[in-house]
Amino acid sequence: MKFGLSEEQRMLVDSVNGYLQGAVDIDRLRAASTNRDESSDDVRRALAELGVFALLVPEAHGGVGLGSLDAALIAEQLGGVCAPVPFIGSAVATRVLASSDPELAGDVLAGIADGSRTVGLAIDSYIGGRRDAGIIAAGEVLSGKSLFVFDFDADSYLVATADGATYLLSADAPGVTREPLTTIDGTRRFGELRLENAEATLITSDEAALDAGVRLGRVLLAADALGAAQHMLNEAVAYAKERKQFNRVIGSFQAVKHMCAEMAAELEPCRSMLWYAGHALDALPQEAPVLACQSKSHITEVASFVAKTATEVHGGMGFTDLLGLHYWFKRIGSARQMLGSPEQLRDEAASVQGLI
Amino acid sequence: MDLNYSPSYEQFRQEVSSFLKASADKQPKGAGLKSQALKNWQKTLIEHGYAARTIPKKYGGFGAEPDILKSRIIAEEFAKAQANPGMGGQGISMLVPTLLEVGTEEQKQQFIAPTLHGEMLWCQGYSEPGAGSDLASLRTSAVLDGDEWVVNGQKIWTSTAQIADWIFCLVRTDPKAPKHQGISFLLFDMKSPGIEIRPLVDMTGDANFNEVFFTDVRVPKGQIVGAPGEGWRVANSILKFERGSLGDPNATLHRLAALFDIMKHETIGGERLMDKAAFRDRAMRIQGRVMALQHNELRLLSAKINGDDDVRLAAMLAKLQGTELRHDLEGLAIDVLGELGLAYGDNPYLNGTWQYYYMYFLGLIIGGGTSQIQKNIISERALGMPKEPKFAEGAAT
Ligand SMILES: Cc1cc2nc3c(=O)[nH]c(=O)nc-3n(C[C@H](O)[C@H](O)[C@H](O)COP(=O)(O)OP(=O)(O)OC[C@H]3O[C@@H](n4cnc5c(N)ncnc54)[C@H](O)[C@@H]3O)c2cc1C
Repeated sequence: MKFGLSEEQRMLVDSVNGYLQGAVDIDRLRAASTNRDESSDDVRRALAELGVFALLVPEAHGGVGLGSLDAALIAEQLGGVCAPVPFIGSAVATRVLASSDPELAGDVLAGIADGSRTVGLAIDSYIGGRRDAGIIAAGEVLSGKSLFVFDFDADSYLVATADGATYLLSADAPGVTREPLTTIDGTRRFGELRLENAEATLITSDEAALDAGVRLGRVLLAADALGAAQHMLNEAVAYAKERKQFNRVIGSFQAVKHMCAEMAAELEPCRSMLWYAGHALDALPQEAPVLACQSKSHITEVASFVAKTATEVHGGMGFTDLLGLHYWFKRIGSARQMLGSPEQLRDEAASVQGLI
Repeated sequence: MDLNYSPSYEQFRQEVSSFLKASADKQPKGAGLKSQALKNWQKTLIEHGYAARTIPKKYGGFGAEPDILKSRIIAEEFAKAQANPGMGGQGISMLVPTLLEVGTEEQKQQFIAPTLHGEMLWCQGYSEPGAGSDLASLRTSAVLDGDEWVVNGQKIWTSTAQIADWIFCLVRTDPKAPKHQGISFLLFDMKSPGIEIRPLVDMTGDANFNEVFFTDVRVPKGQIVGAPGEGWRVANSILKFERGSLGDPNATLHRLAALFDIMKHETIGGERLMDKAAFRDRAMRIQGRVMALQHNELRLLSAKINGDDDVRLAAMLAKLQGTELRHDLEGLAIDVLGELGLAYGDNPYLNGTWQYYYMYFLGLIIGGGTSQIQKNIISERALGMPKEPKFAEGAAT
């Protein structure tokens, strides 16, 4: 029995993290958040060279064919620096496409793998549509609206209907109108898709294929939030050891120690939970549905607690753009709301276990 | 217990409510502190006694006898009608009460009326890079040179300094005295030569607070509140007013109503948010906390009128509980809205200022004495627990 990461996984984490720490600094986050057109294409290309986008793509389609846990480890590193690059949308699309007809999926998967294509997620109709959102399909012609489409700056979209059929839609297909939407989290791109008889390709009408994709998306968001929260905790601990008030470092006050210890004690089990959830997606099909729900709801809630508490440890400094801690705060906030909020996911967790 | 307002109060309530109905279209909406519209509205409010109610006429107020119930009725009716309550800001909420308590007659004459009418906007220069929770360690110095104080040093987190006309500022006038005794409280014009203001962007994206640098700023000797060395005592009388005003239950009630509105009308997957048991329970739990604090406030009010209740603890917890509650309430609205709750700035799906206030109230949890400092105060002053041991300068890690 071994519960932990393999040597290869540690090396993967080190190489991606080594690159990200140097490449994604606060100025980049500031630029990405204040200017929607600011691109981090250089980071995306470098990550492609490191094999990040090929990771989940099957070998037959030019990928590396690694698993969900590996992808989660990458998402954690991206969250750790608030990397303003799309990853989760394409990963979910990879999972759904890989289970479908190779004739249909081959090109797209190869494009995802070499970093030349990104896919956005327009599946809110399936997760739980808000307002008048909803996609109607007539054959392979789609109409309707999808809100808060995630990884919006993409060349195609994975679009789902309420009954779980999945389509691939080209961003420049006739009948597609795209409207960027501003959110608190400027390190991710959101937008609205309006479709009027837009032609798309049916990937699968098997709801189970979409479910597998949604599960992966949830675990990756949990990983992203874990990485961001770990960064905030590290910063808080470092600050508490430096900052002096009342002639002593604030970390010598039990109140501050306990804030930090509580964050650590809440967050550390989340790491194990994430590893297990990542493993379960590929190896434990019985457990995967409940773990996807619980890992995302639990980890993002712990991450929100860390976001608030780590900000408090920094005092006034935590509230400013000077340190920029708020980019992580907001990144955690958006991970929490996407693909199902904590209450919604717990409801689903009870349901997939047959408890209700 | 007697919770009835006597008939004269009910009549007063009628008056306030008809005034608000009649003037609904004269109220400025979201106007900046410097706008003429807000100044006009403030003037109308003072004339009717709905602002600056108990401040003497000779200082520009309405001059009514203190009547806490009437003040409360005004606050309630304004909240109910979602009416603009007039000017706020640190000058009106903090400096004016302090001047009334400890200012000289000349200072009251000079500063109160223009402050009340929005002609003189103030900022509060307390915190410094090295002096936040440990405010008494502040270093900005003022040295007497003839008839003037000469001020040098730096402040930080100074809200509204970029638009303020004047500053009330803590400075060290006696570097040799024990640290709480060498501090003085100065008032000076922000247009004085030698002041540099650098705005700081905060997490909401606004640049509402600032760094303020003083280089040989000359301040007339008489612009000091209290005697030299009494600044700490004067400042503490102000903080009392500040802490009372953060996390006001009337405003919270208002937000709760807006939250319920959203939960009654917004849907997810076709189902009303209020019909979701988990969301509903969280909303009801927040309502319970709001009620507890609202009634705590009622008790404080009654103690002020009747003077028969020891409310030290009840008063000390208001800032801690009020700001945490508001932060949680705003957070719940975001949660029930799901992805829609992420909307910010120019987003057409923005459904209220929830994200803004979620962050803003985290700011208030920190500003005006952090939650941790509030808990220290509660445990030491209300529960009588021993104080933290004091460390000498350079003594510890
Ligand atoms: C939105 C906002 C507006 C503000 N407006 C103004 C203004 O207009 N004018 C002004 O002068 N100031 C203003 N401030 C400053 C505010 O008063 C300080 O930020 C606050 O007092 C905390 O000081 P600090 O930032 O230096 O944090 P620090 O004092 O460095 O605190 C850092 C951490 O250490 C903890 N800590 C420190 N000492 C202790 C202790 N003894 N026991 C336990 N824990 C401790 C704190 O709780 C906090 O978690 C504002 C701040 C904010 C956030």
